[in-house]
Amino acid sequence: MSASKKAHVTTTINGESTDFLCEPRHSLLEVLRDNLGLTGSKEGCNNGNCGACTVLLNGRPVDSCLVLGVEVEGAEIETVEGIACSSNLHPVQQCFLEGAALQCGICTPGFLVASKALLDKDPNASEETIRFDLSGNLCRCTGYDKIVRAVQAAGQQMSAEA
Amino acid sequence: MTSTQYRVIGSRPVRHDGADKVTGKAIYTADTKLPGMLAGFVLRSPHAHAKIVSIDTSEAETTPGVHAVVTGKDFPNVENKMADLGEGSVNLAYLSSNCMAQQKVLYRGHAVAAVAATDVHIAEAAAKKIKVEYEVLDSVTWVLDAMKEDAPLLHADLVTDSMGDKAENPSNIPVHLHFEKGDAGKAFEEADVIVEREFKTATVHQGYIEPHAVVADYNEDGRLKIWTATQGSFTARQQTAEVLQIPLGNVLVTPCEIGGGFGGKITVYLEPTAAILSKKSGRPVRITMTRADVFEASGPTPGSFMRVKIGAKNDGTMIAGEAWLAYDAGAYPGGMIGPGCMCVFSCYDIEHAVVDGYDVCLNKPKTSAYRAPGATQVAFATEQLVDELAAKLGMCELEIRQKNAVKEGSRRVDGPVYPPIGLEECLQAVQNSDHWNTPLEGPNRGRGIAAGFWFGCGLKSSAACTVNSDGTINLLEGSTDIGGSRTSIAMQLAEVLGLEADDINPMVGDTDTAGYTDVTGGSRVTFATGMAAYEAGRDLQQQMKTLAADLWDCSADEITVGEDGSFTGGDKTVGFKELATELFQAGEHLVGRATVSPECPTNGFGAQIADIEVDPETGKVTVLRYTTIQDAGKAIHPSYVEGQLQGGTVQGIGWALNEEYFYKADDTMANASFLDYRMPTMLDVPMIDTIIVETGNPDHPYGVRGVGETPIVPPPAALANAIFNATNTRMTELPMSPPKLWKAMQSNQTSE
Repeated sequence: MSASKKAHVTTTINGESTDFLCEPRHSLLEVLRDNLGLTGSKEGCNNGNCGACTVLLNGRPVDSCLVLGVEVEGAEIETVEGIACSSNLHPVQQCFLEGAALQCGICTPGFLVASKALLDKDPNASEETIRFDLSGNLCRCTGYDKIVRAVQAAGQQMSAEA
Repeated sequence: MTSTQYRVIGSRPVRHDGADKVTGKAIYTADTKLPGMLAGFVLRSPHAHAKIVSIDTSEAETTPGVHAVVTGKDFPNVENKMADLGEGSVNLAYLSSNCMAQQKVLYRGHAVAAVAATDVHIAEAAAKKIKVEYEVLDSVTWVLDAMKEDAPLLHADLVTDSMGDKAENPSNIPVHLHFEKGDAGKAFEEADVIVEREFKTATVHQGYIEPHAVVADYNEDGRLKIWTATQGSFTARQQTAEVLQIPLGNVLVTPCEIGGGFGGKITVYLEPTAAILSKKSGRPVRITMTRADVFEASGPTPGSFMRVKIGAKNDGTMIAGEAWLAYDAGAYPGGMIGPGCMCVFSCYDIEHAVVDGYDVCLNKPKTSAYRAPGATQVAFATEQLVDELAAKLGMCELEIRQKNAVKEGSRRVDGPVYPPIGLEECLQAVQNSDHWNTPLEGPNRGRGIAAGFWFGCGLKSSAACTVNSDGTINLLEGSTDIGGSRTSIAMQLAEVLGLEADDINPMVGDTDTAGYTDVTGGSRVTFATGMAAYEAGRDLQQQMKTLAADLWDCSADEITVGEDGSFTGGDKTVGFKELATELFQAGEHLVGRATVSPECPTNGFGAQIADIEVDPETGKVTVLRYTTIQDAGKAIHPSYVEGQLQGGTVQGIGWALNEEYFYKADDTMANASFLDYRMPTMLDVPMIDTIIVETGNPDHPYGVRGVGETPIVPPPAALANAIFNATNTRMTELPMSPPKLWKAMQSNQTSE
């Protein structure tokens, strides 16, 4: 079977204008990881169940394994690689570290992206809101306790800084 | 209790690999990219049990973009011999045919061929052009059915080994274990109260979020380089070399960052296949399992059938125990029945006990270790019976546990006598806890408790520490870091040398650079590799004393090392960094090293309290409050100890309430996806409160006990006891999912 003709896509990734070529069947996750070397977004299931590949598509968290590369023409994408501001970690990253909210770290990029999206709109999110909003991200190591607390702590920091 | 004041131990520094892991920079196996790298795809059996009549790969081989195809005939014949993998051993012939089927497939998902191509989609499409002709055989996936004489046989040459006696006729039962102490039969006659029940548990998966992945690069000179997601680089090297029948020294295994393992990433699945594809194609090859492959062809933990019986006197003293256990081995022998037998009565001082255990082959993937492998199943049985005993005797369920808890000097049914242990302290912590002392009110609610045990092993670990010119340290060790162990190991070295955690740069080495180190498993890393780091620090201090003696013109014996790591000789006292710098300037380069192989188990005990509410309309259980208590000996980094307690508990909650392999009529798995397998999400669980008990382990310089595994042991039992207290329904089957609980509640009402 020969590969389909590749499409040319222009998009913005982590604030930088980016062009890539991809086959119509390639997911955004494949494009990010294989074409662009942005391997921070992880593949845990490739069918939208685990959230390890979560990125922001025009500000909205999506499972990048369920988005086709050709769909992001003209879109703005933010990945885990774009969360820190130059050498300063974002509060959500800092709170994950200080709160030991990661063990193996494979789900962490997805959680960080999804958490940041939540806190950007609601830094004072309640525990219940956090648990509901992040329930599309699976973690098998932590039991979630420290993740919830880290998101709460980051929200408090973001409110204080706002 | 440990009362020593430490500077570093017990503090909560940010982990050394933390920044990499929150910025996406940490490199996991699937992130590895080599020039010219191909993608591999494994073709797997659609049948639970079938004879392979023929395989035609011709069409796949001529597909554009395809560089290599392998089948079972590309694998060397491997001798039928056992290889010790540190924590457990494996029969190499079985290991090889689990990697790639030979004459038969034994479960759906069993690998039959693999393709390497320029792109994974091309590889997949080509693999699907491989024509495999199967002769489908009868299959079996329920353990008691597999034990029957007329059951479909998985291995024609397999006979039961019953404590050294070999059976005459082949069966699906490779091993029958038998343990006894005292005279259980007589003790049951003397018991005032006896409780007995049958229990079953479903097959569940470790559920790590990172699928198995490997990159193999077979050099023209015969050197094989492997990058892989493994819990043990040295055992991965050994397995790969043995399956490929190449010298161990020809294989270099680099352990990448690993996305969870829980025991499921010790056995090799993809490594030999990727190596052969690489050899055939002359290119590096990466293979990543799909999530369905992970469920259908890796892990899982045994499903089980158990009949357990306990007898007690009227004062609550347990005097007799009997257990008959049958555990899935999966497609090949070597399941978790051994630890199941050893753990069934491990928390209670029962004078007379007899345990029989059967390892049973059936048409499921070969089971592998899963966090306290084999212990959670038996705790589900025993801990419910203990509650029933208490109820019959009119005792409190905590009191009966405290009365019978094992302590120093108690002998387990499999022989060992416990050294100082902490179960009594954990039960005392239950009694003192806010949770236990806060009444639970409301309809359909119940509270349950359970205790748990896991051995915690020592095995072999190595560490080397190189001193930099500024007195900071590069620490090289060989334990793949799944949950912050670099830091817990570095902290122990920092403590002994009088440095800060930040002064140590820990690095997980590959099999060419690090000293031999057994797997990250058995709750052993912080204990044993931590001990190696401590000893490497002591080695360094010894060397520095000798060298300082020259500088200071005294004898090494006159130099002492203080608790803060400072060196004192004569009227001179200098800190570690100062002396290290001085020695470096004097032309000395310092490397401390140590290898350790502690043989003693660390004996981790715990207890848990669960509050739940049952929806009487649906049978759904909501966990309202949960407390996990465990004896850590000494918590090196309390946050990561808490993390182990919380993570293990939530895995146990998933096992208890929802997770299971559903088998269709043709014995293939119906729910091989995260959506349908349904592990706990954030919304399914509350905060998990933790209480760390520290009794100190006399076999470790800082008193560490392994903590990783015990927390998964009590949850199904604690939740079952809570469900009983909420609904008066005794659940004897896992998972206690809504349909099962609802049905049990209905039949309970009918029978009442």
